Amino acid sequence: MSGPKVVWDSGIEIAPVYAPDGAEKPGEYPYTRGIHPLMYRQRPWTMRQYSGFGTAAETHERFLFLIKNGNTGLNVAFDLPTQCGLDSDDPMAEGEIGRVGMAVDTLADMEEAFADIDLNKISVSLTINGSAVAIMGMYFAMAEKRGFSLGELRGTAQNDILKEFVGRGTWIFPVEPSVRLVGDTIEFCARQVPHYSPVSVCGYHIRESGATPAQEMAYGLAIACAYVDHVRARGLDVDEFAQGISFNFDIYGNLWEQIAKFRAGRRLWAKIMKERYGAKNPKAMQLRMIAGGGGAGLTVEQPLNNLVRSAYYALASALSGTQTMALCSYDEAYTIPSEQAAKLSLRTMQILMTEIGACDTVDPLAGSYFVESTTDEMERRIVQMMEKLDAEGGVLKAIAEGRVQADVNRQAYEHKQRVERGEIKKVGVNCFVDDEKSPDVEFHPYRREEAEKQIARLARVRAERSAAEVDRTLEAVRAAARSGENVMPSVIAAVKAYATVGEICGALKQVFGTYQEPVRF
Amino acid sequence: MTEKPIRVLIAKPGVDGHDVGAKVVCRALMEAGMQVVYTGLRKSPEEIAKAARELDADVVGLSIMSGAHLPLSEKVAESLKAAGVTRAKLLVGGVIPARDRGALEQLGVAAVFGVDATLGDVVSWVRANAGRAA
Repeated sequence: MSGPKVVWDSGIEIAPVYAPDGAEKPGEYPYTRGIHPLMYRQRPWTMRQYSGFGTAAETHERFLFLIKNGNTGLNVAFDLPTQCGLDSDDPMAEGEIGRVGMAVDTLADMEEAFADIDLNKISVSLTINGSAVAIMGMYFAMAEKRGFSLGELRGTAQNDILKEFVGRGTWIFPVEPSVRLVGDTIEFCARQVPHYSPVSVCGYHIRESGATPAQEMAYGLAIACAYVDHVRARGLDVDEFAQGISFNFDIYGNLWEQIAKFRAGRRLWAKIMKERYGAKNPKAMQLRMIAGGGGAGLTVEQPLNNLVRSAYYALASALSGTQTMALCSYDEAYTIPSEQAAKLSLRTMQILMTEIGACDTVDPLAGSYFVESTTDEMERRIVQMMEKLDAEGGVLKAIAEGRVQADVNRQAYEHKQRVERGEIKKVGVNCFVDDEKSPDVEFHPYRREEAEKQIARLARVRAERSAAEVDRTLEAVRAAARSGENVMPSVIAAVKAYATVGEICGALKQVFGTYQEPVRF
Repeated sequence: MTEKPIRVLIAKPGVDGHDVGAKVVCRALMEAGMQVVYTGLRKSPEEIAKAARELDADVVGLSIMSGAHLPLSEKVAESLKAAGVTRAKLLVGGVIPARDRGALEQLGVAAVFGVDATLGDVVSWVRANAGRAA
């Protein structure tokens, strides 16, 4: 099925795929042109705006608003204490409760956030890393309590801890046990939650931290290989689990460079999975991704320009054959998006999808001398970088020693200097500058009373639950962490006893310790 | 002149993990010949005050992107005072709305660098205000 016919105003009928005889087609190894034969002619990309703030109740309202306006997936933002494995009543959480995402302490919050949402229809992405085992456990437990089977759930957890050590910074445990926890989620999902992607490997934040697009892809694929190596060492075959590894890439910058990056990355991942790891299942070779965001391209100056930037970024993403798209909103350079800004991001994607023909045919740029040539060159550069990383001891070691961090930060510094010197042009920043200053940034309001409500709610849950049951299940989490058995079943049991994110992460910290950040320049 | 270099502590208070800006500023100050210590992420006000005392910092710069600049700056200012760090100038950088600048100054913050500040702005300010010649 190629969906409804596409006929232009001039009467020309558009085929889903254009390719000369013998040329690579979409949906065929090595998937340069896309992982599905018909791509958007069959199913347009999923639109999944990042959202979440305040309490579970407030976030629930925003979820319903986005779904009503055509969001086809949810992308959940958690507040920083939740992401760092701290409860709302932890002293370090003060001032941050519900600020940049939804505050989640216990299963009760998860239940409230997703009340009445059809978890077998809406795919849900959880942007959670350091505390991912606890939050994934809560999501699965909540779904089961609502009567869904784990086999019905679709969605993704970000759960890419290695990139957190490079950018974003919500690590908790040292590198080695952190990777082991990711391995536990991959193994658990491969066996019990087969349509749920336990990891979304993020070149995105490495790019946002200063990496070039080629480096973004090289580091992303190298990190994905590190997870694959880890899980294979447990005796699993890539065909059993690799389809659970998805990707998250950035879309700001030069339009053509992004397109070359995505086409090259998709082809290279297929080759790596087949040639290095012996994958036979096509799903294990297909690079599935969310290509979106573009936050580092947005500016506080003349913020409405960001709407235009985002529209071009969205075009880059669509021309690159993404599965899912999310756009940073025009006010997101400085705040949680307002409802209006979030809706405009959604409308930007919808206009692209319905009015200007972005879904007419698959990989419309294939065969362009320019695009094919830059795709090939991009692939060569990514391969070179990955080989260099391997020759220097691998990406795990490079991250643990802080070398990747120092490298991308040096580039961020050089980039900033080049913008300040005017060598890199940025509209509204160093050219086409307005005479009058841009208006002051409008922050999403932080309401202390909402934070206090969250702390009171947590106190109530703590008082009502069985303390003995919490102690028993947390002891089981510690025991699993120590023995090396998969922690997911014991974490889910603890979650069901209403143990908190902080208690679960605290139990794991007692066994694993805490990451000591290597500060090097 | 052969005086000791200006000593700057750059710190990330609270739980915000975005430190590209903090590290970029560290690098700019280092290249300007200053002695710079970066605390790393997620430091409590007490840890920051202790690091400032150990460094005998001329300047303490806080990087805050999450919007929690008012409560965090207040606590760090209190901790610095409690730790006897009275000489160091306190800077705040990050996503700071202009209307909060007055409140920050009342908390004892000597200068605020928003997202539109250049590296040159920060370096010159530190040079001019660190309390001694560079």
